[in-house]
This record gives sequence, structure tokens and C-alpha cells, in this order.
Amino acid sequence: MDAGPPLFSERARSGLTLLVALLVAFPVAAVAWIALTGGIGDNWQHLWETVLPGYVLNSIKLAVLVGIGVFLAGTACAWLVTMHDFPGARFLEWALLLPLAMPAYVVAFVYTDLLEYAGPVQGTLRDLFGWQTPRDYWFPEIRSLGGAGFVMTMSFFPYVYLLARTAFLEQSLCALEVSRTLGCTKWDAFRRVALPLAWPSIMVGIMLCLMETLSDFGVVDLFSVQTLTTGLFNVWLVMGDAAGGAQIALVLLVFIAGLVWLERRGRIRRAYYVQTSRMKSPPRQRLYGWRGAGASLLCFLPFFFGFLLPAIILARLSGARLSTALSLDFAALVLRSVTLGGAAALLCVAVAVGLAYSTRLGVSRPAALAARAASFGYAVPGAVLAIGVLVPFGFFDRTVNGFMESAFGVSVGLILSGTVAALLFAYLVRFLTLAHGTVESGLSRLRPSLDMAARTLGRGATGTLRDVHLPLIRGSLLTAILLVFVDVIKELPATLVLRPFNFDTLATTAYSLAADERFAEAALPSLAIALAGLLPVLIISRAITKARDFGASPETEVLM
Amino acid sequence: MNADMKSHRRKRRLAVLLIGTAAMAAGFLLGEIRSVSAEEAGQVDVYSYRQPYLMEPLFEAFTEQTGIEVNMVYAKAGLLERLKAEGEAGPADMFLTSDLPRLVEVQEAGFAAPVMTDTLAANIPAQYRQEDGKWWGLTQRARVVYASRDRVPEGELTTYQGLADEKWKGRICIRPGDHPYNLGLIAAMIARHGEERTKEWLRGVKANLARRPQGNDRAQVKAIYEDQCDLAIGNTYYMGKMLADPEQRKWAEAAYIIFPDQNGAGAHVNISGATVLEGADNREEAVALLEFLSGDKAQEIYAQSNYEYPVKPGVPWSDTVASWGEFKADTVDLAVIADLHDEALRLVNEVDFNAGP
Repeated sequence: MDAGPPLFSERARSGLTLLVALLVAFPVAAVAWIALTGGIGDNWQHLWETVLPGYVLNSIKLAVLVGIGVFLAGTACAWLVTMHDFPGARFLEWALLLPLAMPAYVVAFVYTDLLEYAGPVQGTLRDLFGWQTPRDYWFPEIRSLGGAGFVMTMSFFPYVYLLARTAFLEQSLCALEVSRTLGCTKWDAFRRVALPLAWPSIMVGIMLCLMETLSDFGVVDLFSVQTLTTGLFNVWLVMGDAAGGAQIALVLLVFIAGLVWLERRGRIRRAYYVQTSRMKSPPRQRLYGWRGAGASLLCFLPFFFGFLLPAIILARLSGARLSTALSLDFAALVLRSVTLGGAAALLCVAVAVGLAYSTRLGVSRPAALAARAASFGYAVPGAVLAIGVLVPFGFFDRTVNGFMESAFGVSVGLILSGTVAALLFAYLVRFLTLAHGTVESGLSRLRPSLDMAARTLGRGATGTLRDVHLPLIRGSLLTAILLVFVDVIKELPATLVLRPFNFDTLATTAYSLAADERFAEAALPSLAIALAGLLPVLIISRAITKARDFGASPETEVLM
Repeated sequence: MNADMKSHRRKRRLAVLLIGTAAMAAGFLLGEIRSVSAEEAGQVDVYSYRQPYLMEPLFEAFTEQTGIEVNMVYAKAGLLERLKAEGEAGPADMFLTSDLPRLVEVQEAGFAAPVMTDTLAANIPAQYRQEDGKWWGLTQRARVVYASRDRVPEGELTTYQGLADEKWKGRICIRPGDHPYNLGLIAAMIARHGEERTKEWLRGVKANLARRPQGNDRAQVKAIYEDQCDLAIGNTYYMGKMLADPEQRKWAEAAYIIFPDQNGAGAHVNISGATVLEGADNREEAVALLEFLSGDKAQEIYAQSNYEYPVKPGVPWSDTVASWGEFKADTVDLAVIADLHDEALRLVNEVDFNAGP
């Protein structure tokens, strides 16, 4: 028997899990606390009687639009690219990840510029058809709910694509082959075998997109689409009612929690594990003629709208004002963004592996619940989450400072508030769910008998994790790192509020320039955000493709 | 065994990678912490809702003149909450905002320290400062009507009230009603005409809109240029900024500025301003910065680079600003306007202004 380090006795494990999870859940709890202790002001009644129902409806409409959009785009592209060969497939396989590197608010801005009345598209149409005024023709308004849905779908679908693709790759080909020999058509094999097997991953992706959608303020603000976040910021900033704002944030959170619960409930009845260890890369089926062309086009469009077109426009804008933009201390900005992103990504993945694995090993119910609660930071708008981080950090700092002053007569000032540590903590809270969801869905595909076998063969809990699970879910781990890294580089509202003095990242610089309406100059840092995300996307996409053949690698053979 | 060696190599590689990353991160963090905690004399730490690219030239001029370095955190929201969380031990010495209501919020939260010096009193007229010196206005701008040169003859609109007249049906463009600039104007209307009449007026303006409220102030003037509307509501300084931008110049040239209510209460003005914070470690430096920002040199930079009106009497307006002409400004107590923002937002919600016509 393997006693293992005492850390891994069930009680110790539960305690540790609970502690870490509560720490991460603290800011969200702080927001909830502000909400619940604030009392119901008359702002609620006023809002409810006036605009709130409209805000709620808009939020729901947007969520439905984006949910359907990302499911279709993400799953279809992932299936086509992993299982088929068609012109451009190998390029699109990684290119479809690139929209992740483009902040949604930047995409929104680019499309406004492109599609509004004075933009080149409508201008060309007017020239072509001889229209004179806006009353001569109809053109879809980009600053609208539909426009926001389009922009968010194009920006967020890679979450679904990435998770679906990893799931399709980690699936055993045998299951598919068996289904075909049992008489399934290709479509049936996809619908009845591959899709259900990949469903948990796809749902994680859709949930991530919905959380981003519901907590977004940048895009809806730019498009003047009134959602719950609009209401939240009005109550908080204009009415000066922090409790009211926190209460709306809480409503958002409950909404998301409901979605997550529904999704999990739906999944409990059907647990799928990878039942075979002999995994072979699925041979890609070649698509010829119009089928091939259709697949190429279908996969090209999301890449085009989500990345290529915005990138080209940004590059053109940057080129026009390159000299002024380069006067920024550019290398330092890039280095700072990349270091922050890297540090936050490693932190998130380490915590995520800890939480997901200890839950898999079995922890007490409170610990399991806390681990779940730790994921909700993603559903809270960044600026609100920042307040949630400020409150406990400020309390800690004030207490320590007060103690030092009364005990030793020295003021130590603030230890954590306004430091990079506060920023990293905020990123951990906000983005843990990206890593946790990815790691957890990777682990969930490993059948429990694998753990038993490894333990029987003498590995302890840590040994099993290190030698069996981590190598097997390498693809998921890399995916998790990528997701957090790219999101941290794009993150704006929490970074703005929590950062130290004179501390600029690519995102804050782009924002400051845009706030000063120097859009052409803002283009270069925006493009740099995309480029900084590009490299890890490339590396990790390659690694995931390589992990595709992991079934045949000697390590796993030895362990099997 | 082969597999063992391989896994060993992999572990070593992983360890090197991790240690490298950790070392890099640690070095980076230390560097940041050092640069942050250096709170020696000769510095002043500012929380700002005003855009960094506007403030930087001013801070540079200040440092050049006094040797005092200025550190800044800029955000669009949440800095007051940061102040509250950090409390007395917090580093900030000064708070800068682009509008008065948020300055008043800082004061009402108890963070504004009274400041009074002869220089400040001489530079900033009494109507632009709190009586105990708990906040100081630094620049002012008027919220005016931009009218199409081609389609709106001069004299056809002279008052804010006139915007609700039926003859403007389908001809007015404005940014969302819950934006602070619009709330300021609506608050001023409430102060003047009371809540009921302002609500009626707001309904009238909403019915006259050419499109759902959207975009920023410049986008409305652009819409005049594009023949989407004939009147737009905007702040004065955007005219200067658009004229200075090669691409936007044609938008600005399609419109002219109407200062409303010149025979009545005057055009609505809002101020940007600053406050020195209670318990500031660098109070002396902060006061020096405030004095500098209210002085001739800084006031001229504000006027030249941001096309705002200096609060200090006698400071020359930039040529662009002067070309719009003298105007009568509303003299209502600015603190009253700040207090009415809440009420203004309620009206915007009640008439569902942002839904458009």
C-alpha cells in the first residue's frame, strides 16, 4: 500500500482543496457580500419598472445568439478539420485558433469602422448603385444586438473549436470505426458517437463563451446595446450605489450558475469514458470537388471574420501612424504583457490541476462545492471583480499596517494592494475556470480504472498524476495554458483598476489611446496583442496535433 | 529502460523550464515592486479618470519646472473603490476627474482634503471650486448643439428647449442618454425647469431623434456630415479636435456651433477638476501640482491641446476656441448639477431614451 505523503490523506486533501478554492472564491464572495448586506434600495424598483426587463431580455437574446453561433462554428470547423482533408485544412487547423488572440472590443471597433454609413463597404455600395442618402437604401446596422452577437461569435467561437477539436482528437477511432461497421452513416457516426463523446468539452466551451458574453461591457458599450452589464454600471457609477451594482452582478452570477447546473445535470445521466487505450490518429478522409471547396470556405469564413480581416485593417491603420506609435516604449510593453500572461497562465493551470485532481480522488462535499464556486470569477464583469479583489486585499493591508503601527510604531504601507501580486491574483480568480474546465474535461475522459491500475502497480496519488494523467492530458494542459495566457493579455477592466502606478500593458495602452480617440495609433498595440497571442497559439496547436498520436508513445504503452 | 530515461529527460526539461519561468517572474515582480514602493519626497501619486495622453504633457512640464515626479494610475471606473479599500495607508495623493460629479463623489466619501493657498484662490474663480477647497475646477467645456451648415439656417434653434420642437422630427443625433455628459445637461435642465417639464422635454427630444442613441460625441457630428441628421449634441472641445484631425476635419466643417439659451440662463458647462486627498503622504507636492495645473502655463496647454476653456481668467483661448465666439455660461451651482445626476438617469430610464425614436 502506498501511504503517500500525508498531504494526500482524504481529510488533508479536502482541507487543502477547500482552502485554495475559498481563497479564489473570495473576491466573488466579497461582491456577493456587498450585494447581500447593501439592502434593496429603491433603485431596484425604479429599474424594474423602467429599463431592467429590456436589459434582461437583451442579455438573454445575446446569450442565445452567441451560444448557437459558437456551437455551430466551433463544432463544425473542429469536425471538418480533424477528420477530413481538404484544401487549406492543415493551415486552418491552427489558424482557426487565431481569433482568440484578437480582443472582442477591438474586433467590434474594426467592424464599426468598416460597416457604418461612412465606412468603405457602404461607400462602395453607394458609388455602385448611385444612392445619395441613408434613406435611399437599407443596410444592417452594426451597432445593434445582432452586430454584437456577430462580433462575439467571431471572437469567442475558438473556445468551442479548441475544446471540440481536442476532444475529437482524444477520441478513440475504434469507437467511430465500430459505429461504421454497425451500419452508421458518416453523419450518424458524428451525431451518435463523436458528438456525444465530445459533448462535455463542447459544453465547457459554450459555457465559457456565454460567461464572456454576459459579463462583456466593451462590445455592448461600443454598440450601445443595453444589457444587464449596462444596468450594472449605471447603478454603480451614476447612481453611486455599489450595493445595487453588486446585486445585479449577483443576478448575472445566479443566471450563469443555473446554466452550469443544468448542463451538469444533463451530463450526469451519461458518463462517457475512453474505453480503449490503443488510440490511433483517425485517418483523415479526403474531400474532393465541391465538398472540398465547401469545407474550405466554411472553415475559412470564421477565421477571416474573426482574425484576418480585423488584422488587415489594424495593420493598415498602424502603417499609417507607425512613427508616432513606435515612440511608445514598445518592447517594454510587449515584455510586460507576455510575462504577466505567462505567470498567470502557469499559476492558473497549477491551481486547476490541483483542484481537478483532488476532486477526482474524492474530497468532502464542501470542498467539492468550493472548487466549483472558485470558477465563477469568469462570469463577473472584470471591473466588478476588481472591486472584489480590492476589498479583501485592502482589508488585509490595512490590518497588517495597523498592527505594525500599534506594535512597532512603523508604517509598512500597503503590501499587496496596487502590486503585481494583486493583478496576478485577479487573473487567477477571473481565468481559473478556463484552466479548470479544460483540465477537468481532459481528466473526465480518462476512465477511473486507469487510476486503479496505476495505484495497483505501485504509484501513489502524486505519482499517478505525474506519470499517467498529466502525460495523457498533455493536450488539455497546453490548451489551458494557451487560453489563460491569451485572455490575460487581452484583459482590460481589472488591469486598469488594480495596476501599480505608471504600469502599462499592451491592452491598457491601446485603451488609453482609443479613449483619446487616437484610433490609428491604438491599432499598433492592438495588433501587438494579437501577435503576442499568435506565437503561443502556433506552438500549442502543434503540440496538440502531436499529442494526437500519444496513444502510440512508449510511455503510455509501458503503463498500459 | 528507454521509457524511464525519456521520462527522466522530460522531467529535467520541465524543471529547467519551471525554474527559468519562476526566476524571470520573480525578477520582474521585484522590479515592479521596487518601482512602486519608492515613495520618497519629490513625488506625487495621482489617481486619474482623465486620459493619460492629455495629462502627460502637463506632468512633464511640471516635472521640468519643479523636479517633482508624477506617478499615475488611469482607469475609467473603480478608482474611488480602490481609494476606499486602501484607506489611510493608500499611496494616492491626488485625484483627477474629467467631470464634476465624480469629484463630488470623492468629497462625499470623505477623501477630499481642504486646500487653500493664495495662488489657487487667485487662479480659480469661486464658482469653479468647493468653498473649503475640497475640489478645484481646472478646465471647463460647454455642452452645445452642432448644426448642419447646409440644412440649418442660423437662428432657427436658440434654446435647449427648442430641441423638443416638432420641426426637428427625425433630425437630431445624440450619444446614449446615460452618458455622464448627457446626464449633466439633463441635470441642468432639471435644476432650471423642474423634473416634470424636463421629462416632457426629454420625451420630445427622443421623438425627434434620427436614430437610436449610439456612438460618441464625434460620431454625431460625423452623422451631420453624412446627412443622417441636422442637429447633434456635443461638447465644444470635440470641434477643435476634429478640426485638427485630417480625416475628421470635413465632419467638423459640415457643422457650426450653437450656444443655446444665450438670452436665458446660458449654455450648460461642466468642469474637469482635481482634489488633494486626505492623509496624502506627499501633500506639499500635490498642492504644488494643483497650483501648477491652475497656472498660466498649464491652463494654456489645456486650451491649446484639448480645446477646453481655461478656468483662470485672462489666459488666452486658443485661436480655434476663440473662433467659436464668446458665450454666456450657465451660472447654476455646479455641485447642485452633480447631485441631480441620479435624477437625470431616472428620467432617461423612465422615458426609455436609449430605445430611440
